Amino acid sequence: MSKRLNRREFIKILGAGTGGALVGASTIQTFAGMKTASSADLITEGSIEKTPTYCELCFWKCAGWVHKKDGEPWKITGNPDDPNSHGRFCPRGTGGIGTYTDPQRLKTPLIRIEERGKQVFKEATWDEALDYIAAKMNKIKEKWGPECIALFTHGSGGTYFKTLLKGFGSNNIAAPSYAQCRGPREEAYLLTYGEGVGSPERTDMVNSKCIVLIGSHIGENMHNGQVQDFSEAVANGATVITVDPRYSIAASKSKYWLPIKPATDMALLLAWINVIIEEELYDKEYVKQYTYGFEELKKAVKKNTPEWAYPITTIKPHLIRETAREMAKNAPATLVHPGRHVTWYGDDTQRVRAGAILNALLGSWGRRGGFYAPAKAKVEKYPLPEFPKPKKDWKDAFPDQFPLANLALSSGICDATIPTPGKDCSFKGWIVYGTNLPLTLPEPKKTIEALKALELVVAIDIMPMEITGWADVVLPECTYLERYDDIRISPGRESTIALRAPAFEAKYDTKPAAWIAKELSKKLGLEKYFPWETFEDYLDYRLKSIGSSLEEMKKIGVKKLAHDEDLYFLNGEEYEFGTNTGKIELYSTALEEHGFDPVPKYTHHEEPPEGYYRLNYGRAPMHSFSRTTNNSYLTDLMAENVVWINPLIAKEWDIKTGDYVVLKNTDGTKSNKIKAYVTQRIRHDSLYMVHGFGHRQKQMSTSYLKGADDTNLMSRVKIDPIMGGTGMRANFITFSMEDV
Amino acid sequence: MARYAMAIDTKRCVGCADCVVACQTENNVPIGYCRDWIVQDTYGEYPNLSMEIRSERCNHCDDSPCVRCCPTSASHYAEGGIVLVTHDECIGCKACITSCPYDARYVHPEGYIDKCTFCIHRVKEGEDPACVAVCPTHCMIFGDLDDKNSEISKVLRSRKYKTLIPEAGTKPHVFYLL
Repeated sequence: MSKRLNRREFIKILGAGTGGALVGASTIQTFAGMKTASSADLITEGSIEKTPTYCELCFWKCAGWVHKKDGEPWKITGNPDDPNSHGRFCPRGTGGIGTYTDPQRLKTPLIRIEERGKQVFKEATWDEALDYIAAKMNKIKEKWGPECIALFTHGSGGTYFKTLLKGFGSNNIAAPSYAQCRGPREEAYLLTYGEGVGSPERTDMVNSKCIVLIGSHIGENMHNGQVQDFSEAVANGATVITVDPRYSIAASKSKYWLPIKPATDMALLLAWINVIIEEELYDKEYVKQYTYGFEELKKAVKKNTPEWAYPITTIKPHLIRETAREMAKNAPATLVHPGRHVTWYGDDTQRVRAGAILNALLGSWGRRGGFYAPAKAKVEKYPLPEFPKPKKDWKDAFPDQFPLANLALSSGICDATIPTPGKDCSFKGWIVYGTNLPLTLPEPKKTIEALKALELVVAIDIMPMEITGWADVVLPECTYLERYDDIRISPGRESTIALRAPAFEAKYDTKPAAWIAKELSKKLGLEKYFPWETFEDYLDYRLKSIGSSLEEMKKIGVKKLAHDEDLYFLNGEEYEFGTNTGKIELYSTALEEHGFDPVPKYTHHEEPPEGYYRLNYGRAPMHSFSRTTNNSYLTDLMAENVVWINPLIAKEWDIKTGDYVVLKNTDGTKSNKIKAYVTQRIRHDSLYMVHGFGHRQKQMSTSYLKGADDTNLMSRVKIDPIMGGTGMRANFITFSMEDV
Repeated sequence: MARYAMAIDTKRCVGCADCVVACQTENNVPIGYCRDWIVQDTYGEYPNLSMEIRSERCNHCDDSPCVRCCPTSASHYAEGGIVLVTHDECIGCKACITSCPYDARYVHPEGYIDKCTFCIHRVKEGEDPACVAVCPTHCMIFGDLDDKNSEISKVLRSRKYKTLIPEAGTKPHVFYLL
C-alpha cells in the first residue's frame, strides 16, 4: 500500500495553508522591460548585513549568521566553522526569524490583578514589575528563608537567573531536561564510565559502521550535527538497527527494524548482552583491561536468552542473534546510541545502563565509530564574589530518596511545593525562565496545585505561554535575535566558541535576560554578582582571556581553539575511569552501595487494559516542544499534530485518516481534538503523537487549540528510584467516541 | 553551455523540510506557500515496510508544457535550461499550472505565477541553491550535466536513479537517487 501525499495535500495536512499572509512579498519587484529578469535575479539587490548568532530554537545552539537586506530581516544561515551545524541550520533555525516577527509575542511587563489561573493582568513598567518581585522575594526570604525560592530554566538566558538565585541564597535550580528527559542517561553513563554523555552527545556516529537506535528517532529529533552524522553514516553503508514500536524515519533507513512491544526494551538489551557473552563475541582485551565485574554480569544474564526475550519483546530469537552478531562484527565501530529523552518506564537509569554495558562489551567507548572524548574550550569566567551557602535544598523534602540524583528535579520541586502533611514542603516562590511547565511536567494537575499554593510566580518568556497565565509577574524577554548572550562553549570534536550578537533592535518593551537579572539584582541589593558595566564588557573580558575579543568574534562568529586531547583511547594505554573501582563498571559498586541492582534486571511493566493503547510521543523536525508551535514558518510546515493509529485499530473504532478524535486516559482525562493518521507504521498496541501541540493560550492564536497536548494525558508517572526521573510512557489512552 | 540539474538522495533525506523553509526565506516566498515540498511514500504492510522520502520542486524540464502553453511567454527557458517566469509578463491565467504534471507552480498573492528558480541568482554567484546549501543530510546535489566531471554527472553515472512521472515525456531534470 502506498500513501502518497501530493503537494496540495501536504500543505493541507502538514501546513494548513494560512492563506493570504504577505510577509516579505512586497520586496519582490521586477525590472520593467528586461525579458530575462525574473524575480529570482532581484533577490540579491539591496545592501546586505550579517550578524553572528547561535540558535535558540533548541538546545543544540548551532552558530550562524542573521542576514538583513536593506535593514530588514531576510534569512538565517549556518556558520561553516561551527561543528554543531557545519554551516547548515535545521528547519527550526532556518525559520528562526518567525520567532522575532511573531505578532503574538509578549510586549510589556505584566502584573496580575486577579487570582492565579485567571488571566487578568495590568501592564507595568519594568521598574514596577521588578519592585514587585523584589518585595515578594525579600518577604519570602525573611519569613521562610531564601532557599524557598526555586528557579526552573531552559535556554541561554537562564544562566543570569542562576547567578541571581545563588547570590540570593538558593541552590534550587532545576531544568526539566534532567528528570523529564536525559537525566537517567547521564547517571547511567556516569555509573558505568564515570562520565556522562553530554550535549551535543559525544557519539562518533559519523564513523560508525553499525548504529543501534533504541526508541531514538534521529531525523525526527532534529539534533542537527547528529542528524548530519547519521545521514553520512547511512550513506557510507552503516548497518542501522532500529528498535521502535513505530516505523520511524530512522527505521526506514535501517537494515533491521525491530518493532518491539513497548516497555520491553530491557529484555532485548539483556538478550543481546547474553548472546554477545555466550557466543564470546565481546572485545576480550578491552573487557579485561578496562572493565570491572564481567563474571558477575555473565552470571546475571545467563537466563536472558533470545528465547527468553521472544515472548516478552515479540522479537524473534534468530533476529536477536543476528543483530547481536552484526554489532559484534562491526565493533568497536558499533554505537549503541544512548538516546536522549529516556524517561519512559521508571527503570530508565538501569535500561540505559544496559546499553552502556553493551557498548563496553563491544569496546566502543573511547573508540572510533563509538564514543569520542570531547574537547571543551576553557574560557575564563568573569570574576564574581562567593555565593552564600544555602542551609537546605530540594533534597531535604525527599529523605533517603533518589540518592544518585546529581541535579535538582523539576518534578521534585513541584512535589515539594504542594502542601503535604509530613513532608517538608517549603517552596514559596518560583522563577520560571523559558520553561512552559504546564506543557512540560507530567501529572499536570500537580503542577497547577503547586502553582496555586505559591506566594510568588515569575515567568520570563518570549511568548504568552501557558505558564505566563499562572504568573504574578510576566517579564517579556526579547528574542535571541535581539540580544547578546554569554559565549557558547559546546563540547565536541573540536574546541570552539560562538558569539550571539543582536541583529535587530529589541521590539516592543522587551529586554534581554542578562539585563533583567542585573536590574533585579539591584532591587535585591545583589548587584555585586553583576559587576560588569555593560554586557559587551562582560563578553570582551571573557574573550580576551583566550586571546580573542568581542570585535573579532563579531566578524567571525565562531572561533576554533587549539586543543591537544585525543579523541579516542590510545592502543593499550591504561586509563582510569571516574568510578569507585577506576574501571568501566559492568557491575556497579555505587548502585550496590545504595541497594539497587548492580547489574540491570528485567522488570515487567504494566500493560494497557483492554481497549486502551500505550501513549507514545516524540518529536517532529520542524518543532521544539511547545516552544516553536506558534512560529509562522514552522506552523506552515506543521500546524498541528496527528495521532498515529494502526489500521486494524482504526477499523475497530471506525476512524479514518483526517477524522478528528478525542483521546482519554485511564483516569478519564481528555485531550483536545486531534486529527487521526491511520498508518501501517505503528504497532497495534500503542498510539503516537508529536509532543508540544495543543496550546490553550488564546493569546497565541496561531497555535491555540491546534492538535493535542500529550502532557495533559500523562496523569501517571513511574519514578526512577535511582535519580528521580519521571517515566512518562506509563499512560494508556483510548478514543473518547462521545466527543467525536 | 550548461545544463543545470539536481540529484536528490532519497537514502539520505529525512524529510525535515528544511529545504522548504530555506527556500521561503531566501526567496521571500510568502507564508502559506512553497516552491518545494516533501513527499513520503510508504509501501507495504506492518511490519514489512519501506519508505521513500523526496524533496520535490519544479523539474526544469527540457520539454516543459508550462513554457509551451504560456500565452505571453512569461514562462521561458533561461540559461542552463532553468525554467523561469517573468513576473511582470505573467497575466496569472494559470494555463501553466494546469499543464504541469508535477503541480510545481502556485499563484502568488500578488497575482503572478511563481515556482522554483533553482535559485538562479545564487547559481550565478557560484553558490548552490538555498535548499541544497541548507540540507543537513547533504541529500541534494546541484550542478551542470554538460560538465562530465561535475559531482552531479558523476553521481548519475554511479548510482541508480529515477525521475518523476517520466511517462509525461517532459524530460525532467530533477533526479532521485535510489
